[in-house]
Amino acid sequence: MGKSAGKKGKPPAAAAAARVIAQKARTEIRDNPFEVKINKQKFNVLGRKTGKHDVGLPGVSKSKALKRRKDTILMEYQRRGKVSVFMDKRFGEYDTKLTPDEKMMKRFAMERKKNAERKTLYNLNEEEELTHYGQSLANLEKLNDTVDSDSDSEERGALSAELTASHFGGGGGLLRKKAQSDQKDEEAEKPKSRKELIEELIIKSKQEKRERQSQKEKSLELTEKLDSDWKAIQGLLSHKTPKSERKTEEEKPKPDEYDKIVRELGFEMKAQPTDRMKSEEELAKEEQERLQKLEAERLRRMRGDKDQKSKRAKHISADDLMDGFILDNDDRVMLSYKDGAMNLPEDIELEDVGKDTIGDEDEEGSGDEEEEEGSGDDEEGSSGEEEDVEGSEDDASDNYSDLESDAGSEEPGSDAENTKMEEKEKKNKERKSGAKAAKSELPFTFAAPESYESFQSLLSGKPVEQQLVVLERIQKCNHPSLAEGNKAKLEKLFGFLLDYITDLASMDSPDLKAIDKLVIPLYNLCQMFPEAAGTCVRNALDESARAIDKMVEAKGRAALQGIHVLVHLKITAILFPTSDFWHSVVTPAMILMSQLLTLCPIYSLEDVAAGLFVCCMFLEYVSLSKKFIPELINYLLGVLHLAVPRKESLDYVLVPPFKPHGKNSELLLVGNNEDIDTWVKKPLPITAINGLSESSELEISHFKLTCIATCLDLVRRCVDIYGPLPAFREILNPITTLLSKHLPTRDYSLQIQELQADILRTIEKNNKKPYQPLVFEKQMAVPMKMFTPKLMPVLEFGRKQGCNQQERERKKLIHKHKREFKGAVREIRRDNQFLARVKLSETMERDAERKRKVKELFNSLSTQEGEWKALKKKKLKGR
Amino acid sequence: MAARKAKRVSSSFAKQSDAERHDLDSKLAAVLGSRTNANAVFDILEHLESKKEEVVQAAIRTTSKLFEVFLEKRELYIGDLPAEDDSLPDTCSAEDKYKMWMRHRYNSCVTCLLNLLQHSSFSVQELALCTLMKFIQLEGKFPLENSEWKESYRFPIELLKFVIDNLLQEETDSTLLITRFQEYLEYDDVRYYTMTATNDCIARVQQKTKQVLPPVFQTNVFCLLSSINMPVEQSSLENFLVTKNANHEDWKPTKLKEHKRVFERVWMSFLKHQLSVSLYKKVLLILHESILPHMSKPTLMIDFLTAAYDVGGAISLLALNGLFILIHQHNLEYPDFYKKLYSLLEPSIFHVKYRARFFHLANLFLSSTHLPIYLVAAFAKRLARLTLTAPPQVLLMIIPFICNLIRRHPACRALIHRPNTGDLATDPYIMEEQDPAKSQALESSLWELEVLQQHYHGDVVRAANVISRALSAQESDISGLLEISSSELFDKEMKKKFKSVPLEYEPVRGLLGLKSDITAEHFAF
Repeated sequence: MGKSAGKKGKPPAAAAAARVIAQKARTEIRDNPFEVKINKQKFNVLGRKTGKHDVGLPGVSKSKALKRRKDTILMEYQRRGKVSVFMDKRFGEYDTKLTPDEKMMKRFAMERKKNAERKTLYNLNEEEELTHYGQSLANLEKLNDTVDSDSDSEERGALSAELTASHFGGGGGLLRKKAQSDQKDEEAEKPKSRKELIEELIIKSKQEKRERQSQKEKSLELTEKLDSDWKAIQGLLSHKTPKSERKTEEEKPKPDEYDKIVRELGFEMKAQPTDRMKSEEELAKEEQERLQKLEAERLRRMRGDKDQKSKRAKHISADDLMDGFILDNDDRVMLSYKDGAMNLPEDIELEDVGKDTIGDEDEEGSGDEEEEEGSGDDEEGSSGEEEDVEGSEDDASDNYSDLESDAGSEEPGSDAENTKMEEKEKKNKERKSGAKAAKSELPFTFAAPESYESFQSLLSGKPVEQQLVVLERIQKCNHPSLAEGNKAKLEKLFGFLLDYITDLASMDSPDLKAIDKLVIPLYNLCQMFPEAAGTCVRNALDESARAIDKMVEAKGRAALQGIHVLVHLKITAILFPTSDFWHSVVTPAMILMSQLLTLCPIYSLEDVAAGLFVCCMFLEYVSLSKKFIPELINYLLGVLHLAVPRKESLDYVLVPPFKPHGKNSELLLVGNNEDIDTWVKKPLPITAINGLSESSELEISHFKLTCIATCLDLVRRCVDIYGPLPAFREILNPITTLLSKHLPTRDYSLQIQELQADILRTIEKNNKKPYQPLVFEKQMAVPMKMFTPKLMPVLEFGRKQGCNQQERERKKLIHKHKREFKGAVREIRRDNQFLARVKLSETMERDAERKRKVKELFNSLSTQEGEWKALKKKKLKGR
Repeated sequence: MAARKAKRVSSSFAKQSDAERHDLDSKLAAVLGSRTNANAVFDILEHLESKKEEVVQAAIRTTSKLFEVFLEKRELYIGDLPAEDDSLPDTCSAEDKYKMWMRHRYNSCVTCLLNLLQHSSFSVQELALCTLMKFIQLEGKFPLENSEWKESYRFPIELLKFVIDNLLQEETDSTLLITRFQEYLEYDDVRYYTMTATNDCIARVQQKTKQVLPPVFQTNVFCLLSSINMPVEQSSLENFLVTKNANHEDWKPTKLKEHKRVFERVWMSFLKHQLSVSLYKKVLLILHESILPHMSKPTLMIDFLTAAYDVGGAISLLALNGLFILIHQHNLEYPDFYKKLYSLLEPSIFHVKYRARFFHLANLFLSSTHLPIYLVAAFAKRLARLTLTAPPQVLLMIIPFICNLIRRHPACRALIHRPNTGDLATDPYIMEEQDPAKSQALESSLWELEVLQQHYHGDVVRAANVISRALSAQESDISGLLEISSSELFDKEMKKKFKSVPLEYEPVRGLLGLKSDITAEHFAF
């Protein structure tokens, strides 16, 4: 890092030069065959990488290593005994994160700060003095302003000769000169005294000064004049407007049109392609596509996980189903869409709604205010408006069913539309006013109830409209996006609502109208929390299943459950798709219905009604998926059997819970022919399941006939659905026998007779279908065994292959560690060798020094001794 | 006022019964204390016939104590007892006279107790029964007969016989008391003599009523017989109410063989008679488990079982089990057995209580690989036809069952795989044909299973999908599926984990009136 920083520190040019030199040196070295070591390959292996290690420059790398050691280890070694360290305390000297520029900036800033602190502790107004090369920029500006800076400096710095002469005693020259000039002027006058001389000098200098001043002014004037003249001429010289003019005129320079446009184009955002406004057809198409997608999803779920079956199930043509459905759906969707935009009658409707809301807004003004005060944290800003919008939407959705049903009937006859529309408007108004009243009466915020009791107390005693409003407000006040725990609260709300509906349904006279309305918030909640809703409904189903189970254990059979169970089943069908191959809620519901149909014998007409209700629902569950329900056929056969006069031997077989000769076996037999003639088909009341309200003979007969008609209609639907099944004849054989031979249809009205004839005709038609012997599905031929070698990708040679990813990773890591370890050991060894070398050389040096010194000492000693000996000899000689 | 009165009455009653109890206690002490007070026994016995339940109970307890002591002290006359009215020979000492008199009192007490077995209160009945059994035990220990008689006769058979006769009432249902009696049946000797006594009792009643046994009596007998828990090994015969003496080699209750013989005899004599349907079922239910293994000659049951098998319906189903044991272990040859079995296959078979048992046995019967192909095919086809009316829990069991049949008999593969043949106008199989050989099942295909591939329950569809490709060689195990009920199926669904819940995308408008709402067409609020 330090190295790189150092490199950065160098001016780029120098670095480049150094690089060039290095490059050059390297190429030189490369060319030198004695420097290059080549790892010879004995043979080539395909696919092996022989990267950078085939050619080496040992000399270069050795010198590099040596240099590095000298820089690091050697320094360390040399400094080993030293305690004091040289510290560069300049700011950011060792901070590698800072670029040199930044470092400089910071240092400068710090310095400035230090200076500023000292000066400006009490000096608030003083500006910072800007300098350039240590000189105040302000001063510089001032100097620039004065043209006669030279003279000024001259005046100040270099004194005139006379002045210096007079001040400093003067040179003889000056005085002489003076004397000469004086002599010229005033020879006649007596020589002046020294005082006079000085006064004269002063006057003179003053005069000179004045002159200079006036001269300066003059020159200034002249320059100015020159400038103005120049300006006048300038226009003529070149076709440019004078500078001063330009300044005044174009303080904001007016760019060229072209430039401007180019700029503009350059900076202008690229135009984003926007979505075209969609026409209605397209919107409708989109909606249709969405539904198609959902439908496709549903079909996929219906078929279950295994798609291989689709090949086999020829009779359910997937395309067919889809087409039919979409056709159906298409109309509906178009209509519902039109209701928002185009359709004329509904347009009127819409306007009306608008008017109404406008009218009501005034009335509700105070209410809104209140709400804004009250709701506070619920919804910011336009909560009141939103409420209104929601309200109108709600109204719309309230009307929806009407609209839908009417939309269906619109196609045939449009004459009656107007009157109908009027009626509807009236109804709407009434309802709306009711709803508004409800809204204004109720508080605007509701805490989500924590227990079922509190929920019950919230709803009880209120009309259905108010209950709906309350539910809606609870939902809104506790929207999951508003607070943390709201999701759980609303999930609980679903459970409470379901319980409430259960309670309503299990009353003696069930409030089905209220349930009908309450289903809508239930659906909305379910859309928000599918999992919680699913669990709730499952638990409800579980409860009823347990009740049945208990009864079966106790008595061996069960009674048909109350309306609430049927309502649960119905709600399941409303909330969840019933055609799925497996669904966490729907599948248990189907099993429950199967239990109801197989374990609950019929004892009374009420049981018949309940059973038929279950049958209707069961058939409805499979109306899309066309699944086969054996229990349903059995049950319908059993119910029809109740309408057959008792006979000794039957040529069809009844399945439990029905018995051929039970005590209720002629339950649906209608005795009185007159009753039959007066019968008209009308829907069965659901409340009949709890207990028949009809008491007279006639009414009961009619009820029986309605049951039979319903049953026959269900049979007709079954025949339609199961027509394509391979064993259709066997499935419907008992019913066919019963219908054709035993049912006293001749006594029934024409409507039922037609129905029966229709069924028999359809059965006959489907019976003609040939039986195709079963054959296994064609399976993919098992591929023959091949003897080509198995090819495996070999990614790296010399590595163990067969193990898994994790093992390989681990081995790689171990290998790497080993290599690194070896490298480190080698480095340490080299370092030690280097150190040893350095130490050796030091010792050698020291030894050499010592030897030299010893030698010197010996030298001096020997000379000393020599001298001494010589002296001694001399003495001896002298003596 | 009335309440207070009632209270007073009840308190006075309590006082009264307390007083009587004290009276009984004091009399008991007096009688036991000295022979001079012997006449107080009459007073005690009188209380046995009291109207008050508590008094009766107290009296039973007192008599029990009293005669226990007498029996232990041998103060009752031993040997043949002359009638009370007979004048006694002079040779009798006063001691003997007293003992005789006391023995008469004992006998009348026993009669009283036997009558109390029909008392309205169960606790009294129970107490009387316990006292009687206690007497039996003590009589065994301190016999009232002459000791020169055989050891085996030490057991007071007569007394037990009376008890059994009183237990097996002809008019009243005494199953409750019989269940109480069951605990004495744990004693091997009691069990043995009970069986012989029952046998005698049946014979007696039969003679009396001329061949037809009253149903209540039958129920009582069945209750008694079914509560007999037969020993399996000779070595387990060690539990006796009457402690045996050393010399008991010849004593019948110690031999398992004798037990078995008596057991067999009593059952045979019981089953000889016409039984009601529910009793028939009950007998058949326990037949294979607790009757057949304990008979010395199980083949004696053949007639009974074949008769039951021919009855049809649920009784036939139940008879299958016994028949299976006879066929399997005792080499019974039953002509037309499979034909009968075939005729049992009716739609109601899936709804009866004994479904699991039947299919378990049917699986066993059809597991033989030596069955003719036509038979297996007929069974498979008939079961398949029945699936068209079956609930899902049955389908889950029956589809693997059919597949197993085809696996065992590869020639039946034609039922699910018949390439290179043209379409048929009708199904060749004749459902109404009783003889599997003539049903032409082999020419048919299992289209019914193909229909079930469209069943509404996913698991059924999965099971039925098996037939669209070659079956694996491995048989699937159906033992776990035999007993599955619809509630279990429901629970299984409820236990399934689910990740997401797909939703209906069609917006709701109310309870009724969704598109394709069939309910809305026929029902209204």
